Amino acid sequence: MGDWKTPENAKYTKNDEWILVEGNTAKIGITDYAQDQLSDLVFVDMPETGTMLEKGDTFATVESVKAASDVYTPAGGEIVAVNEALEDNPELINSDPFGEGWIIQIKLGNPDDLDGLLSAAAYAKFCDERDA
Amino acid sequence: MTDETTTTTNGAPPPLEPLIYDLSSPGRTGAILPDPDVPEATLPDSLLRDRLDLPEVSEIDVVRHFLRLSRFNYSIDQGFYPLGSCTMKYNPKLNEDMARLPGFAQVHPLQDPSTNQGALALMHELQNWLAAISGMAGVSLQPAAGAQGEFAGILMIRAYHLANGDPGRNVIIVPDSAHGTNPATTAMAGLKVVEVPSDANGDVDLDKLREVCGDTIAGMMITVPNTLGVFERNIEAIIETIHGCGGLMYMDGANMNAMMGIARPGDLGFDVMHYNLHKTFSTPHGGGGPGSGPVAVGEKLLPFLPGPVVSVVDEGSEDEPPLYGLTMPEKSIGRLKAFYGNFGMLVRAFAYIAIHGAAGLKDVTQHAVLNANYIRARLKGTYPMPIDRICGHEFVCQGHFGADEKAGESGTESHEIHALDIAKRLMDYGFHPPTNYFPLIVPEALLIEPTETESKESCDAFVEAMLAIAKEAGENADLLHNAPLTTPVGRVDEVRAAKQLVLCCKPDIADVPSVDVPSVDVPPVVEPPAADLPTPDDSSLPAKQAEPDEGPEPKS
Repeated sequence: MGDWKTPENAKYTKNDEWILVEGNTAKIGITDYAQDQLSDLVFVDMPETGTMLEKGDTFATVESVKAASDVYTPAGGEIVAVNEALEDNPELINSDPFGEGWIIQIKLGNPDDLDGLLSAAAYAKFCDERDA
Repeated sequence: MTDETTTTTNGAPPPLEPLIYDLSSPGRTGAILPDPDVPEATLPDSLLRDRLDLPEVSEIDVVRHFLRLSRFNYSIDQGFYPLGSCTMKYNPKLNEDMARLPGFAQVHPLQDPSTNQGALALMHELQNWLAAISGMAGVSLQPAAGAQGEFAGILMIRAYHLANGDPGRNVIIVPDSAHGTNPATTAMAGLKVVEVPSDANGDVDLDKLREVCGDTIAGMMITVPNTLGVFERNIEAIIETIHGCGGLMYMDGANMNAMMGIARPGDLGFDVMHYNLHKTFSTPHGGGGPGSGPVAVGEKLLPFLPGPVVSVVDEGSEDEPPLYGLTMPEKSIGRLKAFYGNFGMLVRAFAYIAIHGAAGLKDVTQHAVLNANYIRARLKGTYPMPIDRICGHEFVCQGHFGADEKAGESGTESHEIHALDIAKRLMDYGFHPPTNYFPLIVPEALLIEPTETESKESCDAFVEAMLAIAKEAGENADLLHNAPLTTPVGRVDEVRAAKQLVLCCKPDIADVPSVDVPSVDVPPVVEPPAADLPTPDDSSLPAKQAEPDEGPEPKS
C-alpha cells in the first residue's frame, strides 16, 4: 500500500488536491492518489483565465473511464493560467500529476487560505488510512 | 474503419458484424413499391438531388444484419442481470399484450377526450395507485424518465418557495452517495448543490447536515434505501432537520423496489418523489423502451404538479360512468413533454400493479430484499463488504484482490485484480456485470441487485461464479485481466472509446461530398383543434411536408 507520490514542497487537501506556492502565485492540481483512484483520465473541463475563485470553489471537472469528479481549489484568487496541454492530453495528470499535469495557476488572493492545509506527511497518512 | 479501431486490448480480432453500408450493392432493393394511385406531381428542382446516402440492401440482408447484431447483445430474457440501482427485473409478456390492445395502441393524443375515456381512466387509476403506494396526495404521469421526474420535483420545490415570497432559497443538499442525476438536476434547475458526507455506517452524517442547514436551503434530495443499498436509519431526523430550516424533502424513488408495501415516503414526511416505472414496475428499459418517471407530491406541492393531469371532470351517476378529462393544476410548473407522458409504459405499469395487487407488491419487495441479502451473505468473507449490515434490494461489495502483490519497481506484471476485471470475467460465466465503480464513495465498488425475478437456483449460480472468479484472481490474474474471452467483442479500450468520440455508421463518410440543400419555406405546422379533428380526406389538412435532409453528418 501507500506508494503514492506526495512531494514535500506542496500542500494538500482531504479532497485530494495539491497546491504549490511559487511567490505570490500557486499551481494547483490533483494528487497521485486521486489520479490512481480515478484511473485513466479522458477529459478535463477547464476554467477560463481571469475567473475569480474563493477557497473551496469548484474550478474544474476531471473525467475518467470510471467517474467524473469536481476539483475544488485549496485557496482563493484569480486564475492567471490554465494548463492547455490537458485539453488534448488529459493523461498528463495520470503520468505526472505534480508536474505536467498541473491544472491551473492562480494569483493568491489571501495567504491565510493556506492555513489548515495538510503537509505532505499528513496527507500521505490520510491516503494510507483510506486504503487500509 | 481502420484496423486500429477493431483491435481489442487483448489483441484478438473480434468477429465484428460489417456495417450495413458495407453490405450495400448498387441497385439492390428491399421492397417494390406499388404504382401510385394518385396523380404524379413534379418536385421543385431545388428539392431534387441525385445521390441519397442510404445502403442498398435486400430485406434478408437487413433482417440478418440486425438479428446478428442483436445476438451480440445481452438481455434480461437471456439471463441474470444484477445491474445495481437499475432494477433489471423481468418484463412480463402480459404487459406487452396489454399495451398492444387496439384501444391503447391506436389512440391518438389529439383525439377528443370523449373518444378515449378508457385510456384516460387507466391513467387516472394509475395516478391514484401511485399516490397510494407512496402515501402522497397527487401524481403527474408527465415525466418521460427518472431524471425528468427529478427535474420536475426540484422545479416544484423552487416554485413553492417563490410562491411563498422566499426567493433566497436556492440550495439543494445532496448526500455524497447520491446518484449523479441529483446534483445534475439541481444545476439544471438553476440551483446550487451542497454535498453532505456519509458516516462510516453508510448513513448521512447528521452533524454535518445540521451545519449546512439555514434559510438558503430549498430542500434536500435523498435516495431511500440509499445507493449503498441500506435503509437510511436517520431518515426521520433528516426530514425533521430539513423541514425545521424551511426546506422540502425530495425522495429519489430509484430504489422503491425495496419499499413497496413496507414503508411509504409520504408517511415518512417526504414532500415529493419520482418513480421509475421502468425499474419498479417492470416496464422495459436499457434499450428496450423509453422510461417513465411519474412524480408524486404531498399537499403542499399539489398545485404545482406538471400537467396536464387526468381528472374526473364529471362524476357521472348510477347510469353514467364518470367523465375523465385533462386538466392543468392551478399553479402548474407546466408541461415537460409533448402530450401526456410515455403512455405505452403507463399501460404496462398499470398491468403490473393490477396483476400483483397490494399484497403482491409487498411480496415483490420482500423477495427482492431476501435475494439481495442471500447473495450478500454468501459472498461475505470472500468479497469485502464496506457496509456490513442487512441490506435492502441491493448491496455493495469490493472487487479488489492482490493489492499487496502490486508490481513494484522491478516492472513485473501486476497481479492486482480490480472491480472491472471481475465485472468483465462475469460475462464469460454468462452473467451481465453488476454496476461497478458506483457508488463513488466505495473504492472498487460492485453494486449487486438481483431483483425478485431470480430463483434461489439462479442466485446460487451467480454466487458460484463470483466465488470461482475470486479463486481465479489468486491463481491466474492474467485470465481476469484479459476477460471477457467468450463474448463477440473482447476487452474494449474504454479510454479510447471515451476520448475519440467518433460515432459513424458509414465507413467512407469523409469521402461523401456534402449535399447542398437549399432552404425552403416550410409551411407552419397546423395543430388541429382537439375537438374538431379533420378526417384523412379533409382538404384542410396541410400537405405532407418535405423535410430538408442534410444527410448524415459525422459526429465528433
